[in-house]
Amino acid sequence: MQLLGLYNYWVFVVLLMIGFYAVIAKSNLIKKLIGLSIFQAAVFLLYISMDKVEGGTAPIIQAGVPDQIYSNPLPQVLILTAIVVGISTMALGLAIVVRIKEAYGTIEEHEAAAMDSEA
Amino acid sequence: MTILLAVFLLTMLVITAVAIVRTRDLFAAVMLLGIFSLLMAANFFVLDAADVALTEAAVGAGISTVLFLGALALTAARERESGDSRWLPLVVVVIMAATVVYATFDKPALGDPNAPVHQHVAPWYLSETPRLIDIPNVVTAVLGSYRGYDTLGEVFVVFTAGIAVLFLLGSGRPGELFSRPPDELSTGGLKHHLIPRVVGKLLIPFIILFGLYVQFHGEYGPGGGFQAGAIIAAGVILYALLEGETRALAALPESALKVMVIGGALLYTLVGVVCMLMGGNFLDYSVLSTNSVAGQQLGIILIEAGVGLAVTGVLLSIFHAFAARATA
Amino acid sequence: MTLTAQLPALQVVLPMLTAPLVAFLRLPQLSWLATTVASATAFGIAVLLTQAVLGTGTLDYAMGGWPAPYGIALAIDEFGALLLLIVTGASTIALLAGKASLDQQIESARQPLFYAGWLLALAGLSGIVMTGDAFNIFVFMEISSLAAYMLVAGGPDRRALTAVFKYLIMGTVGATFYLIGIGLVYMMTGTLNLADMEARIAEVADLKPILVAAGFITIGLALKAAVFPLHAWLPNAYTFAPHAVTVFLAACSTKVSLYVLLRFDFFVFQGNLERHDVQFAGFLLPLALLAILVGSLAAVFERNLKRLLAYSSIAQIGYILLGASCVSLLGLTAGIVHMFNHALAKGALFLAVACIGVRLSRLWVDDLAGLARQMPWTLAAFVAGGLSLIGIPGTAGFISKWYLISAALEQGLTGVLTIVVIVVSSLLAVVYIWRIVEVAYFGSRDAQSPPVSEAPLSLLLPTWFIVIANVYFGLVPALPVDLASAAARSLLGHLL
Repeated sequence: MQLLGLYNYWVFVVLLMIGFYAVIAKSNLIKKLIGLSIFQAAVFLLYISMDKVEGGTAPIIQAGVPDQIYSNPLPQVLILTAIVVGISTMALGLAIVVRIKEAYGTIEEHEAAAMDSEA
Repeated sequence: MTILLAVFLLTMLVITAVAIVRTRDLFAAVMLLGIFSLLMAANFFVLDAADVALTEAAVGAGISTVLFLGALALTAARERESGDSRWLPLVVVVIMAATVVYATFDKPALGDPNAPVHQHVAPWYLSETPRLIDIPNVVTAVLGSYRGYDTLGEVFVVFTAGIAVLFLLGSGRPGELFSRPPDELSTGGLKHHLIPRVVGKLLIPFIILFGLYVQFHGEYGPGGGFQAGAIIAAGVILYALLEGETRALAALPESALKVMVIGGALLYTLVGVVCMLMGGNFLDYSVLSTNSVAGQQLGIILIEAGVGLAVTGVLLSIFHAFAARATA
Repeated sequence: MTLTAQLPALQVVLPMLTAPLVAFLRLPQLSWLATTVASATAFGIAVLLTQAVLGTGTLDYAMGGWPAPYGIALAIDEFGALLLLIVTGASTIALLAGKASLDQQIESARQPLFYAGWLLALAGLSGIVMTGDAFNIFVFMEISSLAAYMLVAGGPDRRALTAVFKYLIMGTVGATFYLIGIGLVYMMTGTLNLADMEARIAEVADLKPILVAAGFITIGLALKAAVFPLHAWLPNAYTFAPHAVTVFLAACSTKVSLYVLLRFDFFVFQGNLERHDVQFAGFLLPLALLAILVGSLAAVFERNLKRLLAYSSIAQIGYILLGASCVSLLGLTAGIVHMFNHALAKGALFLAVACIGVRLSRLWVDDLAGLARQMPWTLAAFVAGGLSLIGIPGTAGFISKWYLISAALEQGLTGVLTIVVIVVSSLLAVVYIWRIVEVAYFGSRDAQSPPVSEAPLSLLLPTWFIVIANVYFGLVPALPVDLASAAARSLLGHLL
């Protein structure tokens, strides 16, 4: 369990790195948004790793089982919210990318920037 | 056994993420992102977060993939080779990672029941919910009542995104959300493929039914308005992909979507206002009935209905806005 | 429950409830009217709340009737009241003045959606200011951010789109950093309520995660607040947004993030992390000084009128931080009072720009040549706003500079450096405002260009209202100063 916990956390860090790298290094706007998705998903993993209690189960109270241990409901609620916030941001980001494509004919950041500096 | 599964899932997550970033084929990247979400959902399930797993699967693997594909159809399928910067981002990323790792020293171990997170607020939710709200799913109790104000905010985040996408991609004609595809040119991409159509059509009623079950069973098991909204929207989107948007819009017309979006957001807010009028604080459902527990349950059912309506309406409007842009 | 007791909830609920009603109206005029009425009512509520806070101190409100930390609690103190006045006031004035300008810049069929977005931005910003819950801040931050992205994307130039994409990416990264930070604090304390966090961090034995959390939260919010060097999104977003949106957002959006930054840092971290005040000052003071110098210099060399003012905003954010990084009563008062005064000065300037924008399609400094003869009232308002920005005695801007310099005098050697920077940047402000004045008053208008008339009265009146407010609060600064010094005391109270 101890090792799994560490592994969980390491994967969180690695995903955070991969996602953030894509956001800042990629020139393609869709790829940036994909990176943002991974970056946010990593944070979800951080929160959900907190909710686990050894020997526990999902926090749905079972009648007649008084000693049952449950996982922590709060991080789950927060991440439910965060997932929905994530998809909302993503939808808006994609809509902007579509409009950029229509206005510039490209979805590469450096190409669009070059077109504006000429104008 | 669980540990092996968890290690496997986590390793696959990293491999998938690397593949997503490395591939230049955006179509492949989006498909891999869907798989990434499914793996993430499975991992959440292993960590005893059933509600979150359900949401991540429906939203991450379902809705988000469809939206990305819709955007790709309108933009480009491949990423250019040049233009990326490498070194500065690497440095920034490494510094960030080092900081996060520094924080891990002496952080509570996974599953440690004595960790601070399990001490303060959470046990109160678990021990008091049977008395105060009396529904089995504590996640729904926290989401709907204790932190109902957050959830209201969340509905409005979705609502804002819907408004914004319609503002950016809508038809720009008064009273019309998105341009309607011409009947003849309807984009029934899979019309001529018999097998996906038959299988899909068989699946859709079950998807919708499952969505409704998730909506109304959220107090007892994993589920609730967000998950249900995402699942039902996914079912309708599947129908639209198989039969074309025109027929999907015939089944669930634009005016119905508008009613769902406005009605859902208003229903939630008005439940809160009614609580104020009846002498409680905003969103204090206890005053809705003479019995405070019954009031809480009634309030949660109502706001979950509002959430479900708003999420279904917004997600479908967003989908149609992207799809209509493609045919316009 | 009396109505007064419900006011904190109504402040957020009112714009939220109006937004879905406005979104799909078929009559753009009606949607503007409903939005303006809702915004003005919100301003009224903010005034009542300010009175209540001045009378009885911090107002608490338990959402859903659940006591903190189990439920979400609102907590409005003097600092919050001041911010609420800025947010709702800026929104109302921008709406009143912006009608003519928005009618030009936003197609009428899209206006109802646009106004719904405006209300959501208002609800989001007010929600951030009032809540006492760390995660709730995140939720309302996202409402206000998504709405702000949409408002900025409404700009007529295609560069609005690339600007807003950058804004979206940097804003979301900032919000996610914030989320990581509160995740770490939650991991160590088990609570999300700000007041409760402060109490419980004191019991945490190992502080490494808290320290890292402080870093993530500070950087995340600094991104949102466009603190130098994380300001890259701001100049173009302000430049290409519709003029009325620039008035609204420039007056309040970055300040709300700074407000959260200060509250988080002083309430949660300062009292608990050893030598945090020194680290805080050591980290932010250089950034603040650089922001002031770089922002002002960039403004001096900028030729686009709106971007020039946007760079000046980056410098002004530096002033606010400069005050805060003194970590003293006078310094914090100076920083907080400058939030208010800068909103007034920049509000007047961007309103004047909106006036010009109704008549001219290109807004480069050269385009203003000789304009003062054709639009005398507009240009006079611009000059007055400029004087307040520079900090001439008799204007609101002077009050903040006065407090800043007094705070710097307490600091000894670094104080001298600070004063030098303030003086240099005020001179730079004179330079960039003067460049515009010189062109507008002493330049001659191109013979071929068509004649322009003065801006419509609907725009001029609110503009001059804000100009007069600049003078009024320069002569009678009691209200903002009282609120700011009470806010500073309560922030520092957590250090004593």
